Amino acid sequence: MKRVVITGAGTINALGHDVATTMAAMRAGTCGIGALDLRDVDRLSIQIGGQVRGFEAEGRYNRQQMSLYDRFTQFTLASAKEAIDQSGLVFSGELAAKSGVVLGTAGGGVSTWDDNYRSVYEDGKNRVHPFVVPKLMNNAAASHVSMEYNLKGPSFTVSTACASSNHAMAQAFTMVRSGLAPAMVTGGSESMLCFGGVKAWEGLRVMSRDACRPFSANRNGMVQGEGAGVFVFEEYEHARARGADILCEVAGFAMSSDASDIVMPSKNGAARAMSGALQDARINREDVGYINAHGTGTAANDKTECAAVADVFGPHADKLMISSTKSMHGHLIGGTGAVELLACIMALRDGVIAPTIGYEEPDPECALDVVPNEAREASVKVAISNAFAFGGMNAVLALRAA
Amino acid sequence: MSIKDKVIAIIADQAVLEPSDVTLQSTLEDLGIDSLGLVESIFAIEEEFDISVPFNANDPKASDFDISTVASIVAGIERLKAEQS
Repeated sequence: MKRVVITGAGTINALGHDVATTMAAMRAGTCGIGALDLRDVDRLSIQIGGQVRGFEAEGRYNRQQMSLYDRFTQFTLASAKEAIDQSGLVFSGELAAKSGVVLGTAGGGVSTWDDNYRSVYEDGKNRVHPFVVPKLMNNAAASHVSMEYNLKGPSFTVSTACASSNHAMAQAFTMVRSGLAPAMVTGGSESMLCFGGVKAWEGLRVMSRDACRPFSANRNGMVQGEGAGVFVFEEYEHARARGADILCEVAGFAMSSDASDIVMPSKNGAARAMSGALQDARINREDVGYINAHGTGTAANDKTECAAVADVFGPHADKLMISSTKSMHGHLIGGTGAVELLACIMALRDGVIAPTIGYEEPDPECALDVVPNEAREASVKVAISNAFAFGGMNAVLALRAA
Repeated sequence: MSIKDKVIAIIADQAVLEPSDVTLQSTLEDLGIDSLGLVESIFAIEEEFDISVPFNANDPKASDFDISTVASIVAGIERLKAEQS
């Protein structure tokens, strides 16, 4: 088995258009959630979100590209460029033939569906642009990354709702660990902040109208975000031989399925994913210093997740730190695990723990150190990142400091 | 159909029961309606009566709309309809 390290990271989300800005915002406890700016927002009952601001596709992409790139693809390409540039890898020959791209998304080209449904249903048009299908398909982003960077190895898209990115990164990890690929580009992206995307979520009645306050007793639901996170996972010896800057090591992962309910989370399923990741990484639970929580800010998730952490970590649960950065960038659904991995990298590399902002009242059912409101300096050797999806599909990654 | 009969029909449909099995005193829990069923019932009520029910599944008890029994739901709808007119 090979060791796997991260040698590049890129992102775009409500907190920033790159990793440095995003981490600075996490460190400062900045809230990226605000009033939604989108068509027909007055017909929505939920009018807030973690929207990406100041990202103009015009000028960034040419006309032909614009007709093929949904916003979720645009986010992916911007993030992939940052990650691959940082890694310093150039994919050619044998490296290109074996390296691939595995990305997560829950909805794919949601705004392309939305715009074109409007056009045929609301405006009564009988014709749509010829590239609607290649633009909205869930694998469009992965395909465009493969084309842009000459990645010719195993490439596909994973869709497991809110765990999509973590499941995708788990697949990329196994490919590098097994020796199948020397490097993989991985992560995820989501862009559901359009009228139809928000309207669909409203229906579930789990959205907050004012703020995402994970673990706080007065939390009242989740807030949607948008954006992408992309990483380069590379085989350790390959990275070392070329003198690459190693951000951290991906030590292990686990996936589990609750097999119980389509929306309600299960303590047991979450606990099995966390303990499985530690086992896979051969890490003692006492060595875990930080957990990036799924922490959606819903009543159901937060108490279930805290109970699962208590089960898995026993007395150590009271010593570790757990925070939810969704309080700052919102819930990126299929892209969320990727952006949240940045908080783990910041903890391991910079010794800065991102806070859970908006925390106002302790909840006895979430009685852990949730790093309330202010970032903290701490030396952390191991971090884990949780993602627990609708449909009961869970994926947890374990990371170790380089 | 009265508001009461319409609500009973919606709840009975959701609980997969005959309307005669649903009384004003029934609670949704008694009838075996879970959280998903509750959200669907609220949606059906909004569609039927053309109202907007203030309800957050994170904390069903916090909203002004009392869902504890069929009777309280009927009373809540009557109030919302009255406010509308």
